[in-house]
Order: sequence, then structure tokens, then C-alpha cells
Amino acid sequence: MNQQAHSADIHNTILAQQKAQDRRKLMINGVLLALFLVAPFVMYPVFLMKILCFALFAVAFNLLFGFTGLLSFGHAAFLATGSYTTGYLLSHYSGLTTEVGIIAGTLMATVLGLAFALLSIRRQGIYFAMVTLALAQLVYFFFVQSEFTGGEDGMHGIPRGELFGLLDLSDNLNLYYVVLTVFIGCYLLVQRIVASPYGQVLKAIKQNEPRAVSLGYNVDRYKILAFVISAALTGLAGSMKAVVFQLSSLQDAHWHTSGEVILMTLVGGMGTLLGPVVGATFVVNVEYQLSQGALRDWVDPILGGVFVLTVLAFRSGIVGEIQKFMRKNMG
Amino acid sequence: MSMIFGVPLAVLFGQLLIGIINGAFYALLSLGLAVIFGLLKIINFAHGAMYMLGALVTVVLFDALGMNYWVSLLVVPLIVGSFGVIIEYSLLRRIAGQDHIYSLLLTFGVALIMQGVLINIYGVSGLRYSMPDVFQGGMNLGFMFLPYYRAWVIVAALLMCFATWFIIEKTKLGAYLRAGTEDSQLMQGFGINVPLLVSLTYGFGVALAAFAGVLAAPIYSVTPVMGSSILIVVFAVVVIGGMGSIGGAITTGILMGVIEGLTKTFYPPASSAVIFLVMVLVLMFRPNGLFGKEA
Repeated sequence: MNQQAHSADIHNTILAQQKAQDRRKLMINGVLLALFLVAPFVMYPVFLMKILCFALFAVAFNLLFGFTGLLSFGHAAFLATGSYTTGYLLSHYSGLTTEVGIIAGTLMATVLGLAFALLSIRRQGIYFAMVTLALAQLVYFFFVQSEFTGGEDGMHGIPRGELFGLLDLSDNLNLYYVVLTVFIGCYLLVQRIVASPYGQVLKAIKQNEPRAVSLGYNVDRYKILAFVISAALTGLAGSMKAVVFQLSSLQDAHWHTSGEVILMTLVGGMGTLLGPVVGATFVVNVEYQLSQGALRDWVDPILGGVFVLTVLAFRSGIVGEIQKFMRKNMG
Repeated sequence: MSMIFGVPLAVLFGQLLIGIINGAFYALLSLGLAVIFGLLKIINFAHGAMYMLGALVTVVLFDALGMNYWVSLLVVPLIVGSFGVIIEYSLLRRIAGQDHIYSLLLTFGVALIMQGVLINIYGVSGLRYSMPDVFQGGMNLGFMFLPYYRAWVIVAALLMCFATWFIIEKTKLGAYLRAGTEDSQLMQGFGINVPLLVSLTYGFGVALAAFAGVLAAPIYSVTPVMGSSILIVVFAVVVIGGMGSIGGAITTGILMGVIEGLTKTFYPPASSAVIFLVMVLVLMFRPNGLFGKEA
């Protein structure tokens, strides 16, 4: 009797804690949303859109790396595929409205993602990283030699067009709110995926794949789906990037970009929802600040240093460390 | 002049020779990766950077001290290998107990730093290293012209591969290494200094890359970015061959070099992509690799 009352007590405490946590999360997200809504009046909208595009890129990557435990070293391929497809369509077919171009870019990246997933899923662990890197290099060579990409010069002057033929996107503020809306939509989608039963299986695979197998899950199918969703969202980020900068270049397809997104996710906090957003904001800012100052030739080695430091000293990343701190000090 | 499929035979043999030489480099580099993977269970993303460092140090030592090629061939791998031991001891060791993904990312960061710093010092346009006098010229084999240095590269790379095979398969040290690959904890129980062995293994793998770098200095353009592109190709070679056996690494390396050379002769636009295409085919039909035992 007494014991039952006791366990009910514990149950209630846990529920109360959960509620407090949810409230805190909601508050943080609300504050961030407010910040992003006001930001373009304080900062340059194109810079903010760059952050949002890379944040989406990192959020997509994190779904695979942080939640499923698969390290892809080839995500640049999807970013570039989205970017080039959208850029090509919008430049060559003036009748197309912007959203059609973006959707097409996302679809192309999705298809490529499926191809990558089917091939790379056959190798595990460390081989997975090598296979994805090599496949992305193949895509890179394809883009270098294809004529439609403009080779080394890239694609310039991609028209931004009008959303649904109604909203003029050459206006930076208009475009900003469109990009923000897409970003929030994708963020909520990933949040939903991670919290769903499907997301739980992904986490189980990350923690103990053999056990997930022995519980009867078709692990490969779960991984392939995660890979494809991640590739699709990455393509979407690339498509939007092409519209924002009116430019698609080989840089998007380079292995360096694949490394960058790993760094963003790692620095922000892999396996957390906000981490990649924070990490992308951090890395894009650091790159920008460095490129303005005397250290502009030292961006790469400094990023490499951040990489080494993060891996050695704080593997949970910025958001992960804050979460740990809060758990310790605020119950 | 005799032709084959519209290509002069001399051109075909010339490309084949270049293919075999490239293959020798792939073999040396993937061998080093395999040695490191065996004991440390990590993929050394800094391997390309170490190869680059080997070539660069060779040029720098020649310019500064006029160091002889033969001395470089011995000294440079020692210098770069020691650098590798320092990296293992000061960085990799700290996260040895963590998920292997972290050590992979760590070596990637190290590669970024090395490449970035050296670009700032030496630029990307490429340094010159003059061929040692002994190797000037070549011989006419009748069907093709064989430059002496290129012949030497093939011989040296094969000798080095053989020496590595011999050390690992036939010596006591190699036996320790193989035992460590199976179960390093048990070996520590037998009183063998495993941490030291791990440091030396990493250093040896890196020294192999540096040796390849010295061999490459006279024939390739020596720049700080020469490592990153070849590394990705070597990764594909490793995926094709699997890291299970030394013989497999060597055979696959040379085979891929030859395939690349043949592609360059008959369909040049695909030559930089052909190894990756072979990798795709292998993944489709023999997912464990040509010589692979495990997934």
C-alpha cells in the first residue's frame, strides 16, 4: 500500500520534470523564433539566409549522423545536385516559378540519395564513410565535366523568380521569410521524425545495431530511409542556396563541403535538435569574420583546429554541453 | 607504327607504364592504411597529408641542405614517421576508448591543419625537385621508351611492399602486430607493451606514406594539395580490395592503376572517374570487396 503510494509519487515527479523540460524547450524555441523573425531588420538578410541554408544542411546531416550513427562523408553531392538542378531549371526555363525549381532540385537529390544509400549500405562502419566520400567524388567529376554546370566557372545570375508566380523573390526580405518558413517546416519535420517510433528505432540502431537486428527490425531499410530523407533535405538546402545567392558552383560539390557540415554538426552538438543550427551559425560566422580580417588565409587550418579541439575536449558540442550543465544544476 | 583500336602501341604502353606507376603509389598508400587499420581500427584521413608531407620535406631538405635523394629516401620517412608517432601519442591516444568515428574525424582535422598551414607557406603552384643524375635518361625497349626513374619507382615500391609483407608475416614484431589485431587486451596480459606498439604501428604506416611521397617528388608536382585528391582514390581502392590482406592491397592498387591508364588511352574523359565506377560495380556484385573477408 505504502509502496504503491511511493511509486505513484515517483511517477508524478517524473511527469512534472518532463513538463518543466517541455516548457523550457518551448520557451527556447519561442525565443529563437522571435530572434529569427526580427533578425533581418538588424542584420543583412542574405547573410542570415546563408546561415539558414547551412543550418538546414546540418539538421539534415545530423538526422543521419547524430541520430542514426552513420557518418556520411559525401553529403556535398546532394547539396550540389539540388543547387545545380534548381539553378539550371530556373536559368533555362523562364516560365517556371521558383518553387517548381526548388522541388525539382530536392527530388533529384532524393533520387541520388537513394542510389548512394543502396550502394553504401552494403558496407558498415568505417567503410561507410569511405564509400560515401568516393561516390561523392564521382559526382564531383561528373559536375566538373558536364557542360550544363559551367564547369570551373559555375552558374551565375540564376533568376530568383516569383513564388507561385505571385511573390517577388528578388526582394531580400520576401525571400528571407520564405527561406525561414521552409527551414522551420523542415526543422519541425525532423523533430517529429526523431520523436516518432521510427526515430526510436534509428536511435536503437545507433546504440546497438546487433540488438536491433535481433529484435526483428530490418535495419537496412530503416537506414536507407534515413539516408534518403537526409539527402532530400540536403538537396532542398542546396536548391534554396542557389536561389539565395543566384549562383551554383563546384565548391558545393567539393569534399571540403562534406567536411564542413560534419564540423557544424559536431561543434553544435550531434544528436541534439538545436545543435546543428547553433553549429552552422557558429561556423558560418567564424568563416565570415576570419575572411574579413588579417587571418583570411588561415580559415582552413583554424577550422581544422576547431575540429581537433572539439573531438578531443568537448564531443557533445555546444548544445550538448549546455544540456549536460543544465541537467546537473537544474535537475 | 603498329596500332591497336586506333591507338599507337607506343602510346598504349606509355599509358600502361604510367598506370603501373600510379598503381604502385596506390598500393603503398593503401598498404599503410591497412597496417594502421589493423591495430588501431581507424581510417587515417591524414594519410594523404602525410604523403604530401613526405614529398614536401624532400624538396625542402634538398633546397636547404642539398640533401641527396638516397639519404632523403631513408631520412624523410623517419622524420614524417616520428611526426606520426607524436600525433598518435599526443592526440589519437586521448580518445582511444571512444567510438572510432571520433579518431577518424580527428585525423581529418589534422589533415586540414597540415594542408592549410603548408598552403600558406608554400602556395599551391607546386615546387620543383630535380631528378637525381643517375636517373636521367632511359632505355629503348623496342616497343616503348622506359625512363630509368619510372622503372626505379616501380622496383622501389614493390620492394617496400614486399618488405612490409615480410615484416608482418615473418618476423616476431609482425607476429605481435597480428596478435594485437586479433586481441590487444589479451596481448597486454602477456606483458607486451601495447601502447608502444600502437604508436610505432601508426608511425610505420605514416612512414610508408612518406616513402611514397619521396618517390613521388621527382615526377609529380609537389604541392600541399597533392595528398587530398590521391587519398580519395586510395579510399576507393581500399573499398575495392578490402583491407583483409596485404597481397590484396598490393594487387588491387596496381590493377586499378593499370585500369586508369587504359581508360586514359581509350576514353580520356572517364579516366579520373573510372576507379570510382569500378568501386560502384564491386559494391553491387561483391559487396565485401575483391579480397575482403568482412563487411
